Amino acid sequence: MAKHTQQPQSAFDRKLIGGALADSLMKLDPRSLWRNPVMFCVEIASVITLITFVMSLTGSNREPAWFTGAVSVWLWLTVIFSTFAEALAEGRGKARAASLRKARTDITAKLLAGPEFGSASTAVAASQLRKGDYILVEASDMIAGDGDVVAGAALVNESAVTGESAPVIRESGGDRSAVTGGTTVIANAIIVRITANPGETFLDRMICLIEGAKRRKTPNEIALEVLLIALTLVFLLVCANMSPLSIYSVKATGHGAQVSLTILVALFVCLAPTTIAALLPAIGIAGMDRLFQKNVIALSGRAIEAAGDVNVLLLDKTGTITLGNREAVACVPLGGHSEQEVAEAALMASLSDETPEGRSIVALARQKYGFTRDAPPAGSEAIVFSADTRLSGINADGIQYRKGAADSAVAFVRSLGATSVPSDLGEIVDRIARGGATPLVVSRNEEIFGVVNLKDIVKGGIQERFLQLRSMGIKTVMITGDNPLTAAAIAAEAQVDDFLAQAKPEDKLRLIREYQEQGFMVAMTGDGTNDAPALAQADVAVAMNTGTQPAREAANIIDLDSNPTKLLDIVEVGKQILMTRGNLTTFSISNDIAKYFAIIPAALLSIYPQLGVLNVMHLASPYSAILSAVIFNAIIIPMLVPLALKGTRFRPMPAERLLIHNLLIYGVGGIIAPFVGIKAIDLVVGLLA
Amino acid sequence: MNSYDWLQIICFFVVLLALIKPLGSFMAHVYQGERTFLSPLLVPCENLLYRICGVKKDEEMDWRRYAGAMVLFNLVLFAALFLMLLTQHLLPLNPQKFPAFTWQLALNTAISFVTNTNWQAYSGESAASYFTQTVGLTVHNFVSAATGMAIVIALIRGFARRRTSLLGNFWVDLTRGTLYILLPLSLVGALFLVSQGVIQNFTAYKTVPLVQAVTYDKPKLDDKGNPIKDATGNPVTERVTTKEVTIPLGPVASQEVIKELGTNGGGFFNANSAHPFENPTPLSHYVEILLILLIPGALTYTFGVMVGNTRQGWTLLGVMLALLVISFGVLQGVESSGNPLVAKLGVQGANLEGKEVRFGLAGTSLFEVATTGTSCGAVAAMHDSLTPIGGMVPLGLILLGEIVFGGVGSGLYTMLAFAVIAVFVSGLMIGRTPEYLGKKIEVREMWMSIITILTAGIMVLVLSGIAFLVPAAVASMANPGAHGLSEVIYAFASMANNNGSAFAGLNANVNFYNLAGSLAMIAGRYVPAIAVLAMAGSLAEKKYIPPSLGTLPTDKVPFALWLSLVILIVGALTFFPALAMGPIVEHLTMLGGN
Repeated sequence: MAKHTQQPQSAFDRKLIGGALADSLMKLDPRSLWRNPVMFCVEIASVITLITFVMSLTGSNREPAWFTGAVSVWLWLTVIFSTFAEALAEGRGKARAASLRKARTDITAKLLAGPEFGSASTAVAASQLRKGDYILVEASDMIAGDGDVVAGAALVNESAVTGESAPVIRESGGDRSAVTGGTTVIANAIIVRITANPGETFLDRMICLIEGAKRRKTPNEIALEVLLIALTLVFLLVCANMSPLSIYSVKATGHGAQVSLTILVALFVCLAPTTIAALLPAIGIAGMDRLFQKNVIALSGRAIEAAGDVNVLLLDKTGTITLGNREAVACVPLGGHSEQEVAEAALMASLSDETPEGRSIVALARQKYGFTRDAPPAGSEAIVFSADTRLSGINADGIQYRKGAADSAVAFVRSLGATSVPSDLGEIVDRIARGGATPLVVSRNEEIFGVVNLKDIVKGGIQERFLQLRSMGIKTVMITGDNPLTAAAIAAEAQVDDFLAQAKPEDKLRLIREYQEQGFMVAMTGDGTNDAPALAQADVAVAMNTGTQPAREAANIIDLDSNPTKLLDIVEVGKQILMTRGNLTTFSISNDIAKYFAIIPAALLSIYPQLGVLNVMHLASPYSAILSAVIFNAIIIPMLVPLALKGTRFRPMPAERLLIHNLLIYGVGGIIAPFVGIKAIDLVVGLLA
Repeated sequence: MNSYDWLQIICFFVVLLALIKPLGSFMAHVYQGERTFLSPLLVPCENLLYRICGVKKDEEMDWRRYAGAMVLFNLVLFAALFLMLLTQHLLPLNPQKFPAFTWQLALNTAISFVTNTNWQAYSGESAASYFTQTVGLTVHNFVSAATGMAIVIALIRGFARRRTSLLGNFWVDLTRGTLYILLPLSLVGALFLVSQGVIQNFTAYKTVPLVQAVTYDKPKLDDKGNPIKDATGNPVTERVTTKEVTIPLGPVASQEVIKELGTNGGGFFNANSAHPFENPTPLSHYVEILLILLIPGALTYTFGVMVGNTRQGWTLLGVMLALLVISFGVLQGVESSGNPLVAKLGVQGANLEGKEVRFGLAGTSLFEVATTGTSCGAVAAMHDSLTPIGGMVPLGLILLGEIVFGGVGSGLYTMLAFAVIAVFVSGLMIGRTPEYLGKKIEVREMWMSIITILTAGIMVLVLSGIAFLVPAAVASMANPGAHGLSEVIYAFASMANNNGSAFAGLNANVNFYNLAGSLAMIAGRYVPAIAVLAMAGSLAEKKYIPPSLGTLPTDKVPFALWLSLVILIVGALTFFPALAMGPIVEHLTMLGGN
């Protein structure tokens, strides 16, 4: 698999950090920061402490200036760390977007009057092209916009988009007609009908997505934000409530001082779920970015999250579960014919068939049966396989050679007037199919000669992946055009949970709807135009980049490598994003317990010296205790940035075990870590003060 | 605890748990309109009521109409009781010739009873006529409880139903809850209480001479009813001698039973369930505790039946039961180890101040955790006299949001809101957009759950904060310092969570507490109620997602532990500073020997 030219970057690439630092200061602008309400509150808190610091300098605040100053600095750092995390996550995308943008530099297109070679052409800028225009693209031209090839075939270098350096064939008709703006034709010429207006092209959308500029919060992210805002509000009220309570306590006990504004603000920031709020935007952006590193473009964050929820995966057998190429391994004669006769008929039916299966039949006929013919006879008519007839072959010298699935072949010979078919046909076909191979029935005119045994090879290691998916509660369904027996055998070998045999495109759509009605979230991959309706219906629809324009339009995720097993990676990243959010939320809230034990005794010590026993960490002084809590609260953010960017490690295991596992790490760990951290910081602060 | 205490407590829980399933499944039948053994008798009554009121029983409502009907009904109830209290002196059945309530007290009382709070800023025996007690307060005890049950049933339907906007008919749910559940249980319960010696009459109070004259110190009150304090902040007292006593009477049993059964808690007498006419024997004591916990507990089973998986209900019950038992253990433990300062004076043993010794320490502890864990608020001991940590137990149970069994209906719906929050965070932690009972938890559910669980806490924080800034509110406190602070927090916690019990020592019949308390009670009742109905409406419209291996099971022990943890953490984080300046510092001061 060819990768992008960029090397995978570590979270702290030097150049990226420089850019992110500058961006993080820009993001302090309240007009952009209010999109993150929790951090917006922290910024207001920072401003307040700045004011109390100035007041301490002028002597109108009873706390020492070093204390209010230090609190203010660390509160500002808390906000900056948060904007820095977001900027860093965006920075990695921006670097990629910049390289993509280069591919979009002013292209001149040859606008045609009509969709034929030879029509009059005028040179226009790519930005002038509109949907429905026809352009001519010749060798070494860059394609000016997204479109469909309507005439001709060409070799296209798509590395600008996919990173894949090997050129691909794009031709009119069929499933390989889509071309992407910014890619280059290497050989031949094609006529392209433009399908996207400037600014709406695939490349444009991709740049937008990667930069994160137009990133919209996903529903789940908003729901989490609701929780964080509510917690922030409660902690605001808790701190506000402390003020009158302490005023009363001072009056009642006759000594001590009410809790000061600086301390209340510090307590508020420590309690507010700043850790998760600071990292929340970075988690989503980094998730998209991780997918992009796997050469997958998610057209919305929602699609990735949905991928985490998928409980049914529809997988095409060919290329996903089995190696793409089936190999012919034997010819089985029927009805008194010899193996040689079957091999010859099969050879004739395959001569104009360029599929790997066809080629493997030709190879078998030559190697095992000694035939030498390797081209169709002159004047013959090739019959191309279609999803409806499900037959292919050749009409040569008045003889119709056909090969195809048993039911199609029988239907065909009957249509030619055959009154009977060999009695053991069914038995042989079943036997081959039960073995997991594909029986290809070969006929010559109205007579069935025999069966070619095409063997499917299940990809190595695929069973383990399906086992993992099953342990995560995801059901795998294999989709195949094979007959039910073959399908069952391969399904058993690959250990998928279910299969749909002899599937036509409309069967896929029906199957998806059925699962969805039962409440399942369905993911599927597809590339052909006839997959488009099913892709549009699926909750997570992955289109191959080699696929047709309709398929790409219908999908919400595009796989640039056109590797169908990517779906498994996408599910994993989707789950990682949600888990990282959940784990950091739990961590953030668990931290509050230690912070209470640091700040409450410190804040109330002058009123109630008895509360000193709550100072379980034995922090040096009230000021160093509060400052240590504030510092811990700030530095935990950059410390967790790598986790936010890389995501929590994902291990497939049942939900309950996963929950206990994560609760132990992030819940219990979240309770213990700040006790240790705050104590350590207090020791350092004690040395400095 | 001695072996008798253990035996009593264990028997009590065995009986309680044995009743959960039969009552729970009976309630599920009732609310689903299925036939029960009471149907032959009550279906005609029910249909007659619908005909009189013009209710079409098969016409279901969406959440807006359901909430609208609920609010309208409660407004009418409020208005009726408010007017009744203002005109008490004109109404019959008033042998003691009690005057009308002041408008502030009438407002507070009417809101208190209509919201199922039963906060009483008056003493029943010296302010409320028999007419007020029976036609006013007792009726409200029934219908406010039935309202809470109707709301939770609508929420359960939200979970159970698929792709519909309809949640049932409020009037039908209200009628059925009252007619099939509350009335029959009350009838049986009242007869039992009468058998134990609870009184039921309409005669005038009796004045009888005392066998021995009593002399005691009485706190002096100013003309506003606030305790007068000397320069050091201690209340000024005067010596009084009394030779005769007036014994208040009345129709107690009929109100006593619904006071517990409906988790209302408004005592006929000021001493509430510590009064021998309300709670005469140890048996009546345990039966009253049972009545408090019965419906909130059984509703968890009703929930399980209606959502098609009773284990879901048992899980929630398990969480409630665990929190109740732990609270009981703490309260019992600290109370039986007593007060070291008293011990220094030579009085060894448990802290018995403010307790009714007829019920023993264990019986009292159980009653107090039951009454504060549910939103009942009836009391059999003075919470003000508990040790500091002992007092923090009932206060804590109220502050958790009344979910340890909780109020009838309100306890379960608040618990379900907690479960939604717990499911949301844990769902994220396992990498799925969260779902509960097959319904996806999205933005709307999050908003509504958060509003449900935080409204009361927010009211407590805001109003108690204001109270310490208002001089008139501070003047109401009889005890200075940390204990006084606890009293104020307790008062607002009790009102905002619709509990109704009080940490005595605070004169609550002043304008500030009457009005601020009214606000707390209204917000604490209706904001969550409407949020719950809105959530029910949104849940009902969702499709059902069948569970898979990737779904977090919410009917097993790990989820129950997680849910308990979420409840405790939310409670602790919200109230730690206030508790630190109240009971915690009081406890530390006590240990320090001051």
